[in-house]
Amino acid sequence: MKEEYQYTPQDFKSDQEVKWCPGCGDHAILNSVLKALPVVARDLHYKHERFTFVSGIGCSSRFPYYMNTFGFHGIHGRAAALATGVKVANPKLTVWVTTGDGDSLAIGGNHFIHAVRRNIDINILLFNNEIYGLTKGQYSPTSKLGKVTKTSPFGTIEHPFNPGEVVLGARGTFFARSIDMELELTKDCLVAAAKHDGTSVVEILQNCVIFNNGTHADFAADKETRLERTIVLRDGEKMIFGKNRDKGLVQIGQKLMVVKIGEGGVTIDDILTHNVHEPNPGVHMMLVNMKYPNYPVALGVIRDVPDHTYDDEVRDQVEVVKSKRAINCVDDLLHSGETWEIK
Amino acid sequence: MDKPNIVELDDVVIRFSGDSGDGMQLTGTLFSDTSALLGNGISTFPDYPAEIRAPQGTVSGVSGFQVHFGNRKIITPGDYCDVLVAMNPAALKANAKWLKKGATIILDADLFTEKQIARAGFTTDDPIAELNLEHYNILAPSITSMTREALQGVNLDLKSVTKCKNMFALGMCFFMYDRPLEHTEHYIDKKFGKKSAEVATANKLALNAGYNYAHNTHAFANTYEVQPARDLPRGTYRSINGNQATAWGFIAASEKSGRPLFCGSYPITPATVILEELAKRKDLGVKTLQAEDEIAGICTAIGAAYAGNFAVTTTSGPGLSLKSEAIGLAVMTELPLVIVDVQRGGPSTGLPTKPEQADLYQALWGRNGECPLVVMAASCPSDCFHYAFWAGKIAMEHMTPVLLLSDGFIANGSEPWRIPSMSEYPKINPPIITKAPEGGFMPYARDEKRLARSWALPGTKGVEHRVGGLEKDFLKGSVSHDPNNHQRMVNIRAAKVARVQEFLPRQSIMGPTKGDLLVVGWGGTKGHLTCAVEELQAEGKKVSLCHFNFINPLPKGVREIFARFKKIVVCELNSGQFAGYLRTQLQEFHYEQYNKVQGLPFTVVELKEKFNELLKEE
Repeated sequence: MKEEYQYTPQDFKSDQEVKWCPGCGDHAILNSVLKALPVVARDLHYKHERFTFVSGIGCSSRFPYYMNTFGFHGIHGRAAALATGVKVANPKLTVWVTTGDGDSLAIGGNHFIHAVRRNIDINILLFNNEIYGLTKGQYSPTSKLGKVTKTSPFGTIEHPFNPGEVVLGARGTFFARSIDMELELTKDCLVAAAKHDGTSVVEILQNCVIFNNGTHADFAADKETRLERTIVLRDGEKMIFGKNRDKGLVQIGQKLMVVKIGEGGVTIDDILTHNVHEPNPGVHMMLVNMKYPNYPVALGVIRDVPDHTYDDEVRDQVEVVKSKRAINCVDDLLHSGETWEIK
Repeated sequence: MDKPNIVELDDVVIRFSGDSGDGMQLTGTLFSDTSALLGNGISTFPDYPAEIRAPQGTVSGVSGFQVHFGNRKIITPGDYCDVLVAMNPAALKANAKWLKKGATIILDADLFTEKQIARAGFTTDDPIAELNLEHYNILAPSITSMTREALQGVNLDLKSVTKCKNMFALGMCFFMYDRPLEHTEHYIDKKFGKKSAEVATANKLALNAGYNYAHNTHAFANTYEVQPARDLPRGTYRSINGNQATAWGFIAASEKSGRPLFCGSYPITPATVILEELAKRKDLGVKTLQAEDEIAGICTAIGAAYAGNFAVTTTSGPGLSLKSEAIGLAVMTELPLVIVDVQRGGPSTGLPTKPEQADLYQALWGRNGECPLVVMAASCPSDCFHYAFWAGKIAMEHMTPVLLLSDGFIANGSEPWRIPSMSEYPKINPPIITKAPEGGFMPYARDEKRLARSWALPGTKGVEHRVGGLEKDFLKGSVSHDPNNHQRMVNIRAAKVARVQEFLPRQSIMGPTKGDLLVVGWGGTKGHLTCAVEELQAEGKKVSLCHFNFINPLPKGVREIFARFKKIVVCELNSGQFAGYLRTQLQEFHYEQYNKVQGLPFTVVELKEKFNELLKEE
């Protein structure tokens, strides 16, 4: 007998033809999401009809059409605002936003940071390919400095945003990072995001095969490279990486440093232990800012800190005021304050 | 001491004016509320600068509050005033043009110093002569110094003491029009009493000092009586302003539909009070979200509408511009949403605190693509309740965004309102679908009567569906780029809005159904147009008024009304937008226009002048 919260990836897949380019990283992300949702439903006791996907504009924002869930394909940059309204209106829904680096960090930057600041309980999947794909190849707010694109034929002269830094700067309570090809890791990050009460941002480093192929390749090209040039962080575990698990991170003064275990007297005890729940964002900020080649790129759940959520606060405030109320209906309201009779 | 003569009057207009920190809005409101409690008809008009505290003593910093009260229903705040309270030379300069011939002017003599006179921009040291006011009834008591004297025993600093001078002036006016002080004293106790008994005492002392001063010194040759209004229907009344009425109308629509109310909004003058009023109503389960910007205001509302709340967003002209793209999204997704535009002077930032009706074209057409929605307008402070309710009803039952136009004049103006019973209002029945129909759920299938699609709320099993800004398949709602499908969808969205006409009351007319001149107006000008038309009718002229609240679609019966008049004049506070609209909708008629774009309401005098001209011409 099928249990109440038992679903398969197929249950969440719509009948619409997937129209992303062949080889696009979005296909892998879709698969990770389809794998994650049954786990989320089972672990959190969510029924299928509670899943709602909201998006803005861009390749990533076509996502809701490919999901057999409630879905809202919004307008450019506004997904976080739309999703905020959905969640406040019905806090029982599990609300997911799919967005890109242009959608969320350029035209929708304001809504993005304020959703994070309010800590409304939504899950934001930020597909970061460092380019505008749907408009065919202009630089984005995450494009590397000097990047040559159609609108920067001589290279960009703008410093890029690092999404994790933006999230932490906006007082984010949850940030995770994965790579499109790392299906299992992405799935784990999504499940953790769903379990976090508050705004969860999962940055997925995604490859645009047509307009920005290989933008993450120097550390993400293949499994081997990723083992050496990224670090998968896990709560309560030592920050170690490398094919031989022999490299780690230590803190020296104000900085992190890569060390080799066993060299120069470094032992495993010297290596930092990851704590996702640390309210002080200091180490988390250093982790999200690690760049190859000086550092491995940090993946996994980097920050997961409990805090009040906006939607809970709205509900609680209404309940508290209601419990002490003198006005019970509109008739009461209309007669409140000063009134007089005309006979 | 002899009592002064008591003269009975039908109606009186008082204009309180002073520096924007002088408390003139409060003074005017207290006079108005006291008169309402006595049973007078009332209409008020706050006229204040956009700056919170503009440079002291300058004309640009003058804040005014006009109250018109009478022994009958009063529908305009009055063109010109019988009494002007001017707390400094700048206030006198700014408001001299609004004086009736021979009006009473109350000045604070203490402020008519060389320095203050110069700050107000007078070129001589005699403002009275410079403004040709010698033949007016001028009273110039030393209000500031008398207030200070009266408050000598109070333990407050000089600045706080001086602030009470508005109560002194109010006390004088109360004596002049034989009004009791109890309401104001009660208000003062409530407002200041908790924080500082001393401040409350000081204000009450100043109020009484002003009253006694006027009494003891025979400041006025006459005092006046204005009897309670005799033509007001029986019932329980309250005072209400347009923004409050709008907020409460939405709460009423929420109650009658059973849908929780959500307001996503961003503060903007003169609409902010709607958001503030709604924010107070957590007791009735109202959810308000002060968004990060205008766009987020409407987008959170659209999200809430998708999730099944009765969603509204409130704004003024510049904010409506920012919301345009999202309004298109609401049209495309066919979700219920009410957008309120409390119009102000434009374009751009324009005149934030001044009334104008120049957003009509933006409301009708200010979006990309073929993007029809329902446009309606409230016409006086209290009927904002009614039209906010109807906007909600239409939005939810017809599954369409509705744009409700108000303006700074009715939004800030207040009047007595006979409190309706909610049992007089109909139930609202949104087409919510509770389970998937056999054969599968079609998100864009419509009911034949209204052409509305059903409202399938997330959380409802079996009706999972996707909506969005891309063109929809006629039935399935999935993305469609098919040319013929697009044509059909454009047509059906227009037909759905046009169909709303079947559910609107027939267009009404005030006065005989045929005649020489039909005055046409819409929205917040109703009071002034009614007054002008009534006065001409009393003179035996064949003039009637056809005033519109529903603009798109127009109600039924308009053509029949228009056809029976020799001339039609469309009056509006813009350069002729409704006239232009009528020319496209009812092309067979000739429309005269009367337009004013000064950030001011019409005056009855200028309207009558125009109508008489039109009646004379052949």
